[in-house]
Amino acid sequence: MTELKKWYEIPIGCVNTEPGSSLRNITGGWRTFTPVVDKSKCTKCHLCWVFCPDGAIELEEDGSIKINYTYCKGCGICANECYPKAITMKR
Amino acid sequence: MGERTFLSTNYAVAYAVKSCDVDVVTAYPITPQTTVVEKISEFVANGELDAEFIPIESEHSALSAVIGASAVGARVFTATASQGLALMHEILFIASTMRLPIVMSIANRSLNMPLNIHCDYQDMMASRDCGWIQIYVSSAQEAHDAVIQAYRLAERNDVLIPVCVCYDGFVLSHTYEPVEVRERDEVLKFLPRTERPNVLDPHKPITMGVMALPDYAYEFKYQLVDALTRVPKALEEVDKEYKAAFGTSYGLYEEYRTEDAEVLLIAMGAIASTAKIAIDKVREMGVKAGLFRPRLYRPIPAELWKEKFERAGMLAIVDRTISFGAIGGPLFTDIASLFANETERPLLMNFIVGLGGRDVTVKDLMEIVKISHKALRKGRVERPCVYYGVRGIEYGE
Repeated sequence: MTELKKWYEIPIGCVNTEPGSSLRNITGGWRTFTPVVDKSKCTKCHLCWVFCPDGAIELEEDGSIKINYTYCKGCGICANECYPKAITMKR
Repeated sequence: MGERTFLSTNYAVAYAVKSCDVDVVTAYPITPQTTVVEKISEFVANGELDAEFIPIESEHSALSAVIGASAVGARVFTATASQGLALMHEILFIASTMRLPIVMSIANRSLNMPLNIHCDYQDMMASRDCGWIQIYVSSAQEAHDAVIQAYRLAERNDVLIPVCVCYDGFVLSHTYEPVEVRERDEVLKFLPRTERPNVLDPHKPITMGVMALPDYAYEFKYQLVDALTRVPKALEEVDKEYKAAFGTSYGLYEEYRTEDAEVLLIAMGAIASTAKIAIDKVREMGVKAGLFRPRLYRPIPAELWKEKFERAGMLAIVDRTISFGAIGGPLFTDIASLFANETERPLLMNFIVGLGGRDVTVKDLMEIVKISHKALRKGRVERPCVYYGVRGIEYGE
């Protein structure tokens, strides 16, 4: 844990001046259901990548997808959007 | 020298907004504020003001949209009253703790129910803890000047707090007076664009309006407490600069015949103008009375108020709002708290008047001074809070 700062040591107005600092919040632990990709069904349409609210879907060089389980909260939006049903939510 | 024009207070505010070269204006109509934004929409449509005018779907959105615009560094304005201000309530706190220099005018109006469009201060007084700088004016000219001063004050980097300029609905908002409209070039010289520490900029990404948990939320709130303590001095400086630029100044308060006053009548806004006549008349009858009109209501310039009030024998405090279930009105409880640790202090009486736009006349104010004077002579206050003028209430001491 970092040491807590005093009121005059933080920027005024509820501002965070450190871009990307939310990477420190490891949200993967929130997950109850885990999305699992069946690469044989994936058409590389990237709809899941568009819809993922946490940016937890990464694109590989060949266009296939990879889920970042460090941050994926298991919301299931990707599975819901995937029309070839290549993503299933597993307990 | 500006041009002397015959204007209502609402129009005087609109002309001030035009002179301040405001970038974004949001507008949702509500009586008695509507003609402010109506006039501004004319200015924008005629090309007299180069601003983005957003006719928006509610007051909640009106304030939210100017928060967004202010976050990227724009100079912004909106106006409201009554139910509209109540709908803005949660956003008021967001604007102040995000430290955005927004300026808003409020034509004070009663809150429902009963449905009533007329003046009292219930709307803003119910939101007085929102962290905004709150200035109450008593003429169209003062409203015009206060808006210009408000931008200068809000945009100071040692302040960065939103400001609302409050004036009595209808009594002032729709009353026409000669107003010297400040010239745009001079106003812009008075209001140079300043660089703010944190604005949204794609080249320097930041997050605004963060979530803060119990470990940091209090610190962010305290920053606003601290900044508000700088406001009385900052407004005095702005007022001095304003005098140098335009020849007019108002200070943090107005006083009238207070030099030897035993009874000090304390009233805000338009009532204070009427009260001057009442003071003259009771003085003719031999009552040593004076008037104090707070202009800056939040933050309270506590030391100054205390110094002004401690010499009087009786403070007759006039509130144009009800704080339901409290011991008195907001101005009364504020002033009473000034003397909480003092053994020697003036007597205090509170008069709740003019709800729902009921006229507060010279006669009423004379009566208030007389009741207070009688209590002072007795040396004792039996009933500190008088709901003055309600039919069926007897208020003689």
